[in-house]
Amino acid sequence: MHAVIPYVTAALLFGLGVYGVLRRRNAILVLMAVELMLNAVNLLLVTADVTLDNGYRGGAFALFVIVLAAAEVGVGLAIILQYYRMRAAVHIDDVRLDGENAG
Amino acid sequence: MTVADALLLALGAVAVGSGTLVVTSTQIVRAGLYLVISLGAMAGLYLVLGAELVAWVQVLVYVGAVVVLLLFAVMLTRAPIGPSADLDRPAWPALVVGGGVGLGLAALFVDAFRWVRYGMPAPGTTERMGAELFGNWVLPFEVLSILLLSALVGAIILSRPDIGAPKPTPGPQPQQPTPGAQQPTPGPQRPNVSAQQPDPSPQRVEEPEREKQKDGS
Repeated sequence: MHAVIPYVTAALLFGLGVYGVLRRRNAILVLMAVELMLNAVNLLLVTADVTLDNGYRGGAFALFVIVLAAAEVGVGLAIILQYYRMRAAVHIDDVRLDGENAG
Repeated sequence: MTVADALLLALGAVAVGSGTLVVTSTQIVRAGLYLVISLGAMAGLYLVLGAELVAWVQVLVYVGAVVVLLLFAVMLTRAPIGPSADLDRPAWPALVVGGGVGLGLAALFVDAFRWVRYGMPAPGTTERMGAELFGNWVLPFEVLSILLLSALVGAIILSRPDIGAPKPTPGPQPQQPTPGAQQPTPGPQRPNVSAQQPDPSPQRVEEPEREKQKDGS
């Protein structure tokens, strides 16, 4: 097998994730793009197992990243839902960081 | 060009294609379902690369849990079902940065690995993965368990309904450091509930919709 194929796939997926994070206004879609980036990193780690030939370290770290992503999604969705309950909007353009009652 | 190469190419094309649809679709629910396809194709890539346990954990945690959570959030925020035009910002900065990152990294990998052949990895066994996890990486594993617990507690605290109160009345606040703060006595909570009632606009949004539904039926 040629390891360059999954490597390039991971690079393209990471680029897509960056594009999505910068492009989207809806906070849920931003979280989806973040998931794409995390998965690109996972693919990179698993592929590094094949090319570096030192066992299962990449796979172990991919598992760790999956756990981190689960925690991130949980907290992120709690924040999104709380924000929606306060402002009835999920557009991250409208988030004001300079005051409690702004927006 | 072996069978593994063909599989990697096909699954990679599916993953990148549906990933493109995730970030370009104008319907939120469809974006979530394309995300399912992309993550499933990546699980197939893990299988071809010999990381069997990672592939099934990906299916379980990502496709099974994370995407369902995202779709729940879509429902709870009353996202529009049809295509909506206000999902996106202007495209050019995102296109420049995202395309630059993706194509730059891809060029870097192509330059680094060329068209070198590697031996097929042995199919991964859960036994060896477990030995790796609990032999070399026990400490990160335990730290991750603490992190999951704190994320759980943090999500619960963030979801408390009295956070959104605009101006909590100064009266009950000095009483909260007293032992009553640990037990959910109804005393300190009542002012918060009453203070919350004038605030949240979702409730105001709900009412016309219900009226419309009644009118429609």
